[in-house]
Amino acid sequence: MLIKRPADIPASEITPRDLFDDRRRFLQQAGASLIAGAALWHGVPDNARAAATRLSPLASSPFSTTESQTAYKSVTTYNNFYEFGTDKEDPARNADKMAVRPWTVRVEGLAGKPRTFDIDDLLKLAPLEERIYRLRCVEAWSMVVPWVGFPLSALLKQVDPLGSAKYVEFVTHYDASIMTRRQILNWPYTEGLRLDEAMHPLTILAVGLYGEVLPNQNGAPVRLVVPWKYGFKSAKSIVAIRLHEKQPATAWNQSAPQEYGFYSNVNPEVDHPRWSQASERRIGELRKRPTLMFNGYAEQVASLYQGMDLRKHY
Amino acid sequence: MSRALQHPSADQIGAIKAFVFFLCMLPAAQLILGWRADSLGANPVETITHATGAWTLRLLLITLAVTPLRRYTGLHWLVRLRRMLGLFAFAYGMAHFGIYLWLDHFFDWQAIANDILKRPYITVGFAALMLMVPLALTSNAAAIKRMGGRRWQALHRSVYAIAVFGVLHYWWLVKADILQPLIYSAVLAVLLGLRAWWRELERRRQLAAPPPVAPSLKGKVIRIVPK
Repeated sequence: MLIKRPADIPASEITPRDLFDDRRRFLQQAGASLIAGAALWHGVPDNARAAATRLSPLASSPFSTTESQTAYKSVTTYNNFYEFGTDKEDPARNADKMAVRPWTVRVEGLAGKPRTFDIDDLLKLAPLEERIYRLRCVEAWSMVVPWVGFPLSALLKQVDPLGSAKYVEFVTHYDASIMTRRQILNWPYTEGLRLDEAMHPLTILAVGLYGEVLPNQNGAPVRLVVPWKYGFKSAKSIVAIRLHEKQPATAWNQSAPQEYGFYSNVNPEVDHPRWSQASERRIGELRKRPTLMFNGYAEQVASLYQGMDLRKHY
Repeated sequence: MSRALQHPSADQIGAIKAFVFFLCMLPAAQLILGWRADSLGANPVETITHATGAWTLRLLLITLAVTPLRRYTGLHWLVRLRRMLGLFAFAYGMAHFGIYLWLDHFFDWQAIANDILKRPYITVGFAALMLMVPLALTSNAAAIKRMGGRRWQALHRSVYAIAVFGVLHYWWLVKADILQPLIYSAVLAVLLGLRAWWRELERRRQLAAPPPVAPSLKGKVIRIVPK
């Protein structure tokens, strides 16, 4: 359990920046606790958690946006992780049943040096960076999330992809004893990218958010983040990465091929068959905002799709 | 006690109505208070949209359950709650639609018209709500008197189509997990199935009854029975 009494938290571990970002919530909670006559510790668990699970040092990234970040509480309680239930609040309630240590990620398929990585080795594979990305869900809502991770390319380079490797498949954790047994999608959930998409510097493996270890409901211990594609492409709790010559099957595409294509690039001009993708509601805001081509990353990624009909390759 | 249950007094009916009114207001109160306390989750607009939609469907199904309940329990006074239940279904439906017009489209009528024409789940949802309007407008004693009971009843049978459209609207909007719409569909199937079965029973009963031939009638008797 991560909740500690205040005395257990070394002051040095609570960075001023955190306290600054969190000051409002901290003060509110602390104030409420005092009013209730309870001890101060009601206001502290967030910081206790931060102290226990902080990731550092973090390099900043030129790819980060300066837009205001979605509240930590929203990022960690409004999730699509169907293995733990289909209500947005379900993953936050149920995902703590998942053990994230020990954990290994097999990298295999068309690779010169296939290898199984222990999660703790993965964390040291490349310098950890903070990447503040927009996240656009196919359901027309969006967030801004300060991820912590490293480029997927750093991992792929370690295994020497063969010349014949053109696609990358991501296989995620499935354990029927702690996850839903209903076949809502094909379990385990799988996703895929073209190799050049996977090697793109924007594509990262995330191991944390808000400077802390990734909460289980957000895909601990390691997940994909591809910011120019709809959120479901960014597979959570990855156990295997496979290099293929042919395009791999993906869970949502298998479930509804006419609605969810392999590419699933954010595109305001190509509607979902059942709803518009032209605008989105940023979580925390009332008004909707126009959706940007490639979720605002067109400058970096548009060249990947030159000459392709994005209506056909949705 | 059981007599009071079978035949409540006017005062008791009044109290029951007040209580049902209070119950029907609870979801709305919860949403309004939740909105003010910022406790409707990360996406409060979505929470309100889903909740008002779900209560429209639930109240429609409860309204459709009144007649079967009455028939199987003998509690005939239940029918006196039906108008209020139906009107609450309509009110939640209007709130659902209002939230959509305002917080999904910000009254961009062009986009709204496009949505209704292009997106089947919105088309059937809109159709269901529009079909509820005449029922809501005629949910008063004066309208029954003006229309006559038979015509009024014929009009109000459109509630069957409304409920089917409502469930379809839900079914067509879910992404992959159809469990919830399946439950609503099953309940609706039972409620509509009962009515079909009663109709069949009535048909058989009339066929089995000896033809009412008066001695003065000489010619062939044409019997009219439900199809």
